[in-house]
Amino acid sequence: MTQTTLPPREKTQPVSAPHGTISDRSRSERRLGWLLAGPAFFVMLAVTAYPILQAVYESLFSYRLTDPANRSFTGLSNYWVILTDPLWWQALGVTLFITLVTVAVELVLGFGLAMVMAKALSSIRPVVRASILIPYAVITVVSALAWQFAFDINTGFVNSWFAWLPGVGTDTDWFGGTWTSLLVICLAEIWKTTPFISLLLLAGLAQVPEVLQEAAKVDGATWWQRLWRVTIPNMKAAIMVALLFRTLDAFRIFDTIFIMTAGANSTESVSFLAYRQTIARLEIGLGSAVSVLLFLCVVLIAVGFIKIFKVDLSQARGER
Amino acid sequence: MTVSTNGRGRSTGGAATRGRRRQLGGVAAAAVLASTLAACGGDSGSPNALTWYINPDSGGQAEIARRCSEASGGAYTIETAQLPREASAQREQLIRRLAANDASIDLMSLDPPFIPEFAEAGFLAPVPEDVAERVTEDVVQSAVEGATWDGELVTVPFWANTQLLWYRESVAEAAGLDMSQPVTWDQIVEAAQQTNTLIGAQGARAESLTVWLNALIESAGGSIISENAEDPEDIEFGLESDAAVRTAEVMRSVADSGVAGPAFSTENEDASATEFEGPDGGFMVNWPFVYGRALSAVEAGTLEPSVPEDYGWAIYPRVNPDDPAAPPYGGINLGVGAFSEAPELAYQAAECIVSDENQAYYFTTNGNPASSIPVYDDPEVLEVFPMAPEIRESLEMAAPRPQTVYYNEVSAAIQRTYHPPGSVTPGVTGPTAAELIRAVLAGEQLL
Repeated sequence: MTQTTLPPREKTQPVSAPHGTISDRSRSERRLGWLLAGPAFFVMLAVTAYPILQAVYESLFSYRLTDPANRSFTGLSNYWVILTDPLWWQALGVTLFITLVTVAVELVLGFGLAMVMAKALSSIRPVVRASILIPYAVITVVSALAWQFAFDINTGFVNSWFAWLPGVGTDTDWFGGTWTSLLVICLAEIWKTTPFISLLLLAGLAQVPEVLQEAAKVDGATWWQRLWRVTIPNMKAAIMVALLFRTLDAFRIFDTIFIMTAGANSTESVSFLAYRQTIARLEIGLGSAVSVLLFLCVVLIAVGFIKIFKVDLSQARGER
Repeated sequence: MTVSTNGRGRSTGGAATRGRRRQLGGVAAAAVLASTLAACGGDSGSPNALTWYINPDSGGQAEIARRCSEASGGAYTIETAQLPREASAQREQLIRRLAANDASIDLMSLDPPFIPEFAEAGFLAPVPEDVAERVTEDVVQSAVEGATWDGELVTVPFWANTQLLWYRESVAEAAGLDMSQPVTWDQIVEAAQQTNTLIGAQGARAESLTVWLNALIESAGGSIISENAEDPEDIEFGLESDAAVRTAEVMRSVADSGVAGPAFSTENEDASATEFEGPDGGFMVNWPFVYGRALSAVEAGTLEPSVPEDYGWAIYPRVNPDDPAAPPYGGINLGVGAFSEAPELAYQAAECIVSDENQAYYFTTNGNPASSIPVYDDPEVLEVFPMAPEIRESLEMAAPRPQTVYYNEVSAAIQRTYHPPGSVTPGVTGPTAAELIRAVLAGEQLL
């Protein structure tokens, strides 16, 4: 094991490519890029862009699936009907409420779980990780049914276990009111998707350089100071990605509501409205318009996040 | 040196694995593709195979399919395909398939309220005249009405369901209620209050709420739809009538008088049955399945035998003391798909399925009452279901839910306005519901 050093060399100066022309190499790379990504790109066009455009087109018609002969062009009137209906705004409010509550709680919980997974003894780490991830592997409908049975007045155990809590008794009907229903819906969502957020945060935690932690320790920073001044600023990008993904996901909530309340007691989400118009009422035009509005909301959230995301990136690099 | 060999070894090994994986992947993809294509093909090869889309039951329809296939002597074989559990979900699946001209649907088990929608959309193959004559002979009137649309028989009556008033004999006795005479809702509410027991009814936001409302309004002499019309804007609703006010009063009194149980706004048929089996059970309106359910619970050891022994049954309660009750009507009729490749064969099979023998079998084993009158005289049926005579009488009195192409909208709007039953206000909820249905049908409001 001898140590070798390279003889000193002259540094090569970077040469920028001549403007306006593409070298053979970059052209072939570009071609390879298209060859590799092209099929996926066209599949994506076929399975996402096409249905979205079709929904936009259908939303301009009054069209009932069982009565295709009477399909008629109505312009933007479907959108007018939806946007002037209090039911839409109520569903939007419920969706936003569920999104805000679940994502906020999941972020804090997920961060804690990510820390546990990162810091757990290496001997038990696989077990810890697996057990934390189990809820995420459960199908949403199954998890919703399990939580519904737990809180059900006839089959559930929650009422008898938590009867000592104020406001909870053996005859508490959790699915009989708006807020109690929303509470159970949020709990089920949080239980199910916290592992997802903690997994993304775990990846972020792993990216925080250990040297920074050590330097902070040497400087006498407490654990709390290190968390806020070193760990979190260094994983801002991971946090933002986790938040973006979860927010988009939470905004489209459907299964849990469908199973637990079927929209009773004003617990309908925007997706649920789209389902009821399109699938139950067979009003393809009106339902497509709801779906398009839902899509626009999701785009708005994504664009908003990406803007914040960019600002944060520049902050992290110290550019501001 | 070793490292590099290792590296090469690994890489070639990797390539070999990849190669094998790719082969495996290819085989798997081919298998998936083949099975998908086979599924698209619909029938599984045997000639004259008919597919019958059934609602989930305790295996009775599959057994009837087997028996009829055998009896046909090879003319056809019926294969069953199971639909979702909820009636609304069954409708959603069937209608989407039929809208795409699905030829794999030869026979389907249809919930009566959805039949007009299917018929009007042209999703049902016309019933041949001779078949229509044979399958309506000696059939209870409500079942024939439920199978008819626009004055024509469009489906084959299979089994007919109705709700009875179930009561605990001990409770009725303690309350001094004479159950041999027709009773009213007011009477049973009072009796339940006196004896500190519960009344089971369906207050959940589901189809069962429309079933309850329809039975009440029909019993009070009204109708949800007072004048039917082809154009949705010309349909007139009876939700503003005196009968509707009386209906709202009864709903409110059941929900508010402390006899409906703590979870009335989420109570469905199963929850009612569970409550009725419990120590506070007093009265309940429900389908006859509750009797079989209690007997199986006794067999399984989860229910005391004394509980079903205490069960009594009577005709559905009246709303007004002098007007006879109009109990709910349900059940299943058989439709033949308009895109079926063998509609004649399918009607042959349907006739076999609804034979008295098969209806009696279905009644005794699965607890689903027959639509054919002679079945009610079958001694075996009477032995298993001692309430068969009451069921038959109830079926003759039963009133179907409104027959309209827009039934789904009507029912969903009613569920939205009449739920929870504790918030129903006589004279206000009815007109609100009628207004919502009107706006929804005119395309002015979401649902």
